[in-house]
Amino acid sequence: MQVLPNITIEHYLGLSAVLFCLGLFGMMFRKNAIIIFMCVELMLNAVNLALVAFSKIHGDTDGQIFVFFIMVVAAAEVAVGLAILMMLYRNMHTTDTDQLNSLKG
Amino acid sequence: MEKLVSLIPLFPLIGFLFITFFGKNLSKNAAGALATAMIGISFILAIPVFTTQLHGAHPVMVKVLDWIHVGSFHVDISFVVDPLSTLYVLFITGVGSLIHLYSIGYMHEDEGFHRFMSYLNLFVFFMLLLVLGDNLLLLFVGWEGVGVCSFMLIGFWYKDHANNDAAKKAFVMNRVGDLGLLLGMALIFIQCGSLRYEDLFINGSGIASLGKYTTLAAILLFIGAMGKSAQFPLHTWLPDAMAGPTPVSALIHAATMVTAGIYLVARCSDLYAMSEIASSVVTWAGVITAILGASIALTQNDIKKVLAYSTVSQLGFMFAALGMGAYTIAVFHVVTHAFFKALLFLGSGSVIHAMGGEQDIRRMGGLKGHMKTTYWTFLVGTIAIAGIFPFAGFFSKDQILAHALENNMPVFILLMLAAAGTAFYMFRMFYLTFHGDFRGTHEQEHHLHESPAVMTLPLIVLAIASTVGGFMGFPHAIGESIHFHHWLDHFLDGTVVLAHSHMSAMTEILLALVAMAIAGGMIYYAYTTYIVKNTMALEDDEIPAGIHRLLWRKYAFDELYENIFRRPVDQLSHGIQHWIEDKALLMMVDGTGSAAKGLGHWMKGWHNGQILTYLIAIVVGLIAILYFI
Repeated sequence: MQVLPNITIEHYLGLSAVLFCLGLFGMMFRKNAIIIFMCVELMLNAVNLALVAFSKIHGDTDGQIFVFFIMVVAAAEVAVGLAILMMLYRNMHTTDTDQLNSLKG
Repeated sequence: MEKLVSLIPLFPLIGFLFITFFGKNLSKNAAGALATAMIGISFILAIPVFTTQLHGAHPVMVKVLDWIHVGSFHVDISFVVDPLSTLYVLFITGVGSLIHLYSIGYMHEDEGFHRFMSYLNLFVFFMLLLVLGDNLLLLFVGWEGVGVCSFMLIGFWYKDHANNDAAKKAFVMNRVGDLGLLLGMALIFIQCGSLRYEDLFINGSGIASLGKYTTLAAILLFIGAMGKSAQFPLHTWLPDAMAGPTPVSALIHAATMVTAGIYLVARCSDLYAMSEIASSVVTWAGVITAILGASIALTQNDIKKVLAYSTVSQLGFMFAALGMGAYTIAVFHVVTHAFFKALLFLGSGSVIHAMGGEQDIRRMGGLKGHMKTTYWTFLVGTIAIAGIFPFAGFFSKDQILAHALENNMPVFILLMLAAAGTAFYMFRMFYLTFHGDFRGTHEQEHHLHESPAVMTLPLIVLAIASTVGGFMGFPHAIGESIHFHHWLDHFLDGTVVLAHSHMSAMTEILLALVAMAIAGGMIYYAYTTYIVKNTMALEDDEIPAGIHRLLWRKYAFDELYENIFRRPVDQLSHGIQHWIEDKALLMMVDGTGSAAKGLGHWMKGWHNGQILTYLIAIVVGLIAILYFI
């Protein structure tokens, strides 16, 4: 007996798209740098989900291997990103991106 | 022997280059001597080349360099040795070297002495190229070259703006003619496929293929000749060209360059012989110019302007002869005219030198006692141009008149009038300059002196040439009866088309006597007016009445051209400047700048440092890229 008989590729892709859009909009419209950072992670995981789903459908493990690579890179990125954020907070005493506008032309 | 011809133009070119680049190290005398020697060497080289043609013409082409080989178009730098070209070379280098010698004395005090000498050398080089080239294109190179030299030498004293204006005027007027020459050459090339004289004239078949374009081609070439030789209606530049130093007027604007037009027509005599219409255009342009020049010269008071209008008038005589088919007689008149007109100009230069720059004959008078050599040589030149036997001008002018009498009565009468005018205005100038009492200032009178030997020697040589030069063209009819043939006619046979005269010796002698009587009468009239009655020419503020006024204003040609050409062009230029340059173009140029600036300003707004903005831009951009892919 199948526990989840009606779950198809569309459901996985739909969830992936929803997560990706959440991440995207969160990244675009939130002001807190940490939240933006989390949103980026969310987008990465949405992509991972899509890759795994395709991997399952096609019966091909390439997608899953690719996901591991992405997770490794994301872990490294988190380490670097959080370090940058730490330094940013120490120097500017804020993580509000509205205040971080010294790149202004 | 003919091979020597390629060296003839080389020496003036060497002289020009040497004085231009190394002249600074030379003293004035050395530079002058070098320049003169270069022309002298050319003259010496020209003699053996000339003698090869003495026993019957046999044209030889001497190729020097390959020049243009494009498709079917072949033109080389190659020289033609035939009677016409060698005769021209001989008198160009002969008269040229005398004028160079004279310039050493005349220009000695001038700071631009070296420049002057190098320009003169360059001029002679181009003039030799013009007459020696064996095709119309090489002639054109020389033609433009002498034009440039003429421009530079008229404006030689460039600190005076009037001189620059005169130079510009000469250049622009010549350009009008040059366009005609260029179009004529293009037409000949399209129709005949060659520009070489050998293909066009000597082998005879070339210009026959012009067909219905014969007249057009002849007239176009003549327009070129009109510009260069100052024929009506392009004559107004020559009198203004007297702004240049006097040796320039003698060499370029009397003896050599202005006779290039006659050379062109004589060289293309086969073409003109084929077209009745073109020939009569040439005749009438010549006759009108002869009358025009002679009549304006009657009222001029500047010694050089009188001579300039006289040159215009004499050139008119030559063209009248060309148009009537008397090509050899026209060339004969070119040669005799070169002698006596160079002599007169150099004489006037000697006078101006003595007067400390004064050129107005109303301020002269009585110079006879102060400068004997100049006086006597000037007298020879004056008699020669007036046409008194046995001086050179008599023979050539008399034959033009004889030819006119035979062919065209109205032309004869008008030329006779011009000849009578010539005798009068020349002696008017002569008496006002050399006879009577001195009318200048005291300093000028104190300053009066005979010119140095370098200046008087050329005068003497030219005076001798003006005296005996006429005998090379002894009239046919008389000559045959006394076994003294028309040497020049014989000499030029085979190069230019010969005129056939059937005039009896009696008529010819009678004509000569009548012409001399008229000239003598005019001289006597000038004598009674200016010596016996001691009449003085009008001052500038006295405006004469009637026809005198018309002459005094030079038929108002300058004003006419001013109103017809210069003013509309001026207004058009102003209009273009105001509407197109200042308004339209400026708007476009400024608009481009301010548009770029505005765009930049607008883009700057996006760089606000907000990560949000950048992210939105990235997302929108990505979507756009994905969408368009």
